[in-house]
Amino acid sequence: MKAMKKENMISAIEFCECHHIEISFIDSIKKTGIIELATVEDTTYIRESQLHDLEKIVRLYNDLDINPEGIDVVINLLRRMEDMQIEITLLKNRLRLYEEPEW
Amino acid sequence: MFIDYYKVLGVGRNATANEIKSAYRKLARKLHPDLNPNDKDAKRKFQEINEANEVLSDPEKRKKYDQYGENWKHAEEFKNAGQYQEQPSGAGGQTFTWSQGEGEFSDFFESLFGDLGGRARGRQVVYRGEDYTAELYLDLIDAFETHQRTLTVNGKKIRITIPAGIENDQTIKIAGHGGKGRNGGPAGDLYITFKIAGHPKFKRSGNNLYTTVDLDLYTAVLGGEITVDTLNGKAKLKVRPETQNGSKIKLKGKGFPVYKSKGEYGDLYITYMVKVPTNLTERQRELFFELAKSQK
Repeated sequence: MKAMKKENMISAIEFCECHHIEISFIDSIKKTGIIELATVEDTTYIRESQLHDLEKIVRLYNDLDINPEGIDVVINLLRRMEDMQIEITLLKNRLRLYEEPEW
Repeated sequence: MFIDYYKVLGVGRNATANEIKSAYRKLARKLHPDLNPNDKDAKRKFQEINEANEVLSDPEKRKKYDQYGENWKHAEEFKNAGQYQEQPSGAGGQTFTWSQGEGEFSDFFESLFGDLGGRARGRQVVYRGEDYTAELYLDLIDAFETHQRTLTVNGKKIRITIPAGIENDQTIKIAGHGGKGRNGGPAGDLYITFKIAGHPKFKRSGNNLYTTVDLDLYTAVLGGEITVDTLNGKAKLKVRPETQNGSKIKLKGKGFPVYKSKGEYGDLYITYMVKVPTNLTERQRELFFELAKSQK
């Protein structure tokens, strides 16, 4: 982990200050395993690619009072929903093959 | 237009602060944009309940709304009379971190409470910018090759690369090209959904293409060589003798490009439509009769 570059990461402390949340929240999210956070020299970092998901988690926590375990369930269901949406799109496109007028 | 905030939250005009909070939370759990991705209707309703809560959960704002709400067009007069002092909200109002970009409050709200109604004062909450969604229409041939396009999003030009093989209704995210963040928050993202029009000659299913090719009776019976159209050119084909009407062949690798897999292509399926000759000459009719007799 020591070799990991910090350029594309934000420290968890900075993130928490920015969003007015306690660092303990990040610890509890880390424990659920919803998001895998990086640790460099004993400091927790968030990768840029994870920022969007983590902000969503913070919103669910702040706006709807959902605890980390509940967020875990919601995020998993949302991911399943997203996968199903992709599958529906693919199936709809296959259906177009039969529904479009004969050419 | 007057907005009945009580109706929006489904509570009576005498509802207590707790009843308002509870009604709001119930609706927020149902309509929160994070739980309803890409649902514009849910987002609009969520903004409505947010605005209603912003007013009804703040005793000062609620008092003003109850007093002057229905006469909101005269709100300017109330302001001039100095009857309403903007104060940092915080007594009751919960500020959501979901994209509270500018222009997300109704004209009604702005008229009564002014710009943002003093809601963010003294709090400096960081807001991520709003996510934008857009639809981009492409022809099938456009989706066949990776190419760049310049789009204008909210007055700003951005150049995007559209990878070959993109699917109809597929959405791609362009990070950081949504609404601006507030108080140092990051910009939102731009989500583009592609709408790919049908092609008059080729049909697509995933990475495979399907087409029909007319085949004259003589080539179908005796076999031969024909040239067929593919989506991006032509291909020479050997037709087997005694090819049946409706029979199918597969041209490997002549289909649609596989999304984000350079050099990989699906297949092209061709269905032969054997065309029976018309307007026969007398000689041709005789020959067909002879042919028919030889079958007996």
